Amino acid sequence: MAEKKTKKATAKKETKKETTAQASSFAPESKTARIGVFACHCGTNIAGSIDIEAVQNYAKTLPNVAFVDNYQYMCSTPGQKKIEDAIKEHNLTGVVVAACSPRLHEPTFRTATKEGGLNPFRFEMANIREQNSWVHMHDREGATDKAKDAVRIAVAKAALLQDLIPKKVPVEKAAMVVGAGVAGMQAALDLANAGIKTYLIEKSPTIGGRMSQLDKTFPTLDCSQCILTPKMVDVGRNPNIQLMTCAEVEQVEGYIGNFDITVRRKARGVMTPAEAEAKGIVGGGCNGCGDCEAVCPVIKPNPFEMNMKPRKAIYIYHPQVVPLIYTIDWDSCIKCGLCVTACGEKKAIDLEMQDELVKLKVGTAILATGYELFPIEKKDEWGYKKYENVVTSLEFERLICASGPTGGHLVRPSDGKTPKKVAFLLCAGSRDNTGIGKPYCSRFCCMYSIKHAHQIIEKIPGVQPYIFYMDIRSFGKMYEEFYYRIQDEGAKFIRGRVSNVLEDADTKNLYVMADDTLLDRPMKLEVDMVVLAAAVQPTGGVDTVRKMFGVSCSQDGWMLEAHPKLNPCGTTTAGVYLAGVCQGPKDIPDTVAQAEGAASAASIPIHMGEVELEPYFAQCIEEKCAGCGMCVNLCPYSALSLVEGEGGKKVMKVTEAKCKGCGTCGGFCPGGAIWMQHFATPQIVAQIDAFLTGGEE
Amino acid sequence: MAEEFQPKILGIICNWCSYAGADLAGSARTQYPPDIRIVRVMCTGRVDPLFILKAFTDGADGVLVSGCHFGDCHYLEGNYKAAKRMFILKSMIKNIGLEDKRLRMTFVSASEGAKWAKVVEDVVKTIHELGPNPITQLTK
Repeated sequence: MAEKKTKKATAKKETKKETTAQASSFAPESKTARIGVFACHCGTNIAGSIDIEAVQNYAKTLPNVAFVDNYQYMCSTPGQKKIEDAIKEHNLTGVVVAACSPRLHEPTFRTATKEGGLNPFRFEMANIREQNSWVHMHDREGATDKAKDAVRIAVAKAALLQDLIPKKVPVEKAAMVVGAGVAGMQAALDLANAGIKTYLIEKSPTIGGRMSQLDKTFPTLDCSQCILTPKMVDVGRNPNIQLMTCAEVEQVEGYIGNFDITVRRKARGVMTPAEAEAKGIVGGGCNGCGDCEAVCPVIKPNPFEMNMKPRKAIYIYHPQVVPLIYTIDWDSCIKCGLCVTACGEKKAIDLEMQDELVKLKVGTAILATGYELFPIEKKDEWGYKKYENVVTSLEFERLICASGPTGGHLVRPSDGKTPKKVAFLLCAGSRDNTGIGKPYCSRFCCMYSIKHAHQIIEKIPGVQPYIFYMDIRSFGKMYEEFYYRIQDEGAKFIRGRVSNVLEDADTKNLYVMADDTLLDRPMKLEVDMVVLAAAVQPTGGVDTVRKMFGVSCSQDGWMLEAHPKLNPCGTTTAGVYLAGVCQGPKDIPDTVAQAEGAASAASIPIHMGEVELEPYFAQCIEEKCAGCGMCVNLCPYSALSLVEGEGGKKVMKVTEAKCKGCGTCGGFCPGGAIWMQHFATPQIVAQIDAFLTGGEE
Repeated sequence: MAEEFQPKILGIICNWCSYAGADLAGSARTQYPPDIRIVRVMCTGRVDPLFILKAFTDGADGVLVSGCHFGDCHYLEGNYKAAKRMFILKSMIKNIGLEDKRLRMTFVSASEGAKWAKVVEDVVKTIHELGPNPITQLTK
């Protein structure tokens, strides 16, 4: 039966695509192939669901297989040694390891293959763990059959693999950090202090991010601005950091070591002293004096103060901004010119200023785009934006902050009175599977709400904070102790999610309706004010940035790390790293730690000076190429072009450094003239054949 | 009907999203039927329609091509090209007498392990309903 099948398969090898393999220099030598197959038990992870002995015996029957072995843990040092020894002893030309995912251990076994004296690209992996034993745990027969097929498919490819030489490219000695919150600032400082020229791109007019909006930080109760401002100043004056505020990434091209990034510097309307000097205005430019702001007739809400404080059309967010340069809000500016007059001889203001596109070349990039609050008004049961005295946690931060709209006096928005009973509602939109909120834990709300409770106890005599919680997650260093301390200070903790908040129309007091799940009884509590610990979500517009850099996102929209445990700062795009909350909710210590990790990761290729690119780029089989140019238009990286070949014939040419190896060209070439290295047509066809027409001899 | 029909389903999936998604289904131990065999490519854009025709003439009962979601392609737009090609190919295989449901293109991201399991389950179910590939019946 098997014989028949093989014959049929050989007869079919007339298809146009397959003859491609015969094209002289591109022909792999399958007839002389000697493949070694190594099956991994992975303890019981694989062997528990798959009959390894059966797979091993089956592998022996496959064409081109010269040696078969198995081991408990192939990835261990003795396991790798088996591969190295077998290559030498049995004169192998290719290696197949049936184990876990190539996304996990391909590099490990490639190294072992190389140590054995073969080109590392002579290695192929059969994934019999993640995509087999683990997903068919209770179907031993099905899983074993699948493993046999997977080995057969891998052997078929391995027999046709070729030696490939990774391309080495130099790395530009500069880095970019997108987003200048505490994560971006820390990463930029670390890179700069490591001697790397760093571009720090921030879309708002000042650096500092969310942390600069906070009053205090838990559990140490440091004043947030006090610990952040020195860092902001350091960033501003570090000679290795080129700070670009009011700037957004517009286009990203290139690859690790050589990213060409276009940044749009939005017209600020105000020149820095350096910019003024460049324009020949001696001693001019903005010095932050504020004369312009004083005369500006336009009044707008200040988003930094959560719109609870006014600002002018020419403004700075707060007194500690870095850089201390005023900015014009073009949407509200009426171009009356009063500010220009007030600025006088400094001539800093240019009402006709235009956006500017700046091209930067960097070796690596860190994304630190942060978060925003979930629009909690979508969950209307808590009455945000319906009742005046329901505020979000960020609004509370501004209300309690000494530099905030009320000078640090917590007041009710409805009547300016000091509240005596305040309810803090945790998990407002977090851990919410209703489809409206966010299913994940936002991780820092428990702690900041406990901090809020402390802050009001400290500031308002006789106040009573109530904290409505589902679970208190005080997971960090000294956090649990902080939680107990605030309990001792008198904060009341009530376990139960609030179902509804109602308002007394006369007093504007609020009724919090909840189930006390510890006492197992419903409750109705009258309070003066409600603070919602709203869920956090990725910053709006972050998808554009993410896609430009080729970074995937998780189901919740957070940027996806290369590996949640072992590579939390990296992404699947080489040379692009993540820092801070853009990767998932985290508090300040975790954010800073990750930023330092990302900076370290981003500095490695730069300090190495060159990186190896996987040699998966396309090549053109010139004798097959008809010069139609279809592929040129398909390539998203402009890596292909038509050039004049021998005898004036037009042929396609690949610029290898630009090619990323997607194979979109190879998937369409009508003449089969494109050779995708390591994913060549004969190799893929051999895999399909191996699966469907059998491989037994 | 004496022997139970064991479908041969070929999955050609991209390295960055769907392969990672399938790996995640494994890490999470999400169970699904084993009737699929995977060939990994870097991008679904690499999938030459001829691979699929070859698979069907070789006797595949179903082919699943799975890549990144639109806008999330690791190589910018390979998945758009693939989706276009699969769309055209579907009408072609219909013309040669194959049910177009035998060819599926799906989009499974690296974080959608559960979705991958569901996709495979669904494809296996569809192929079971359709029965064996008629081409293999003809050449028997």
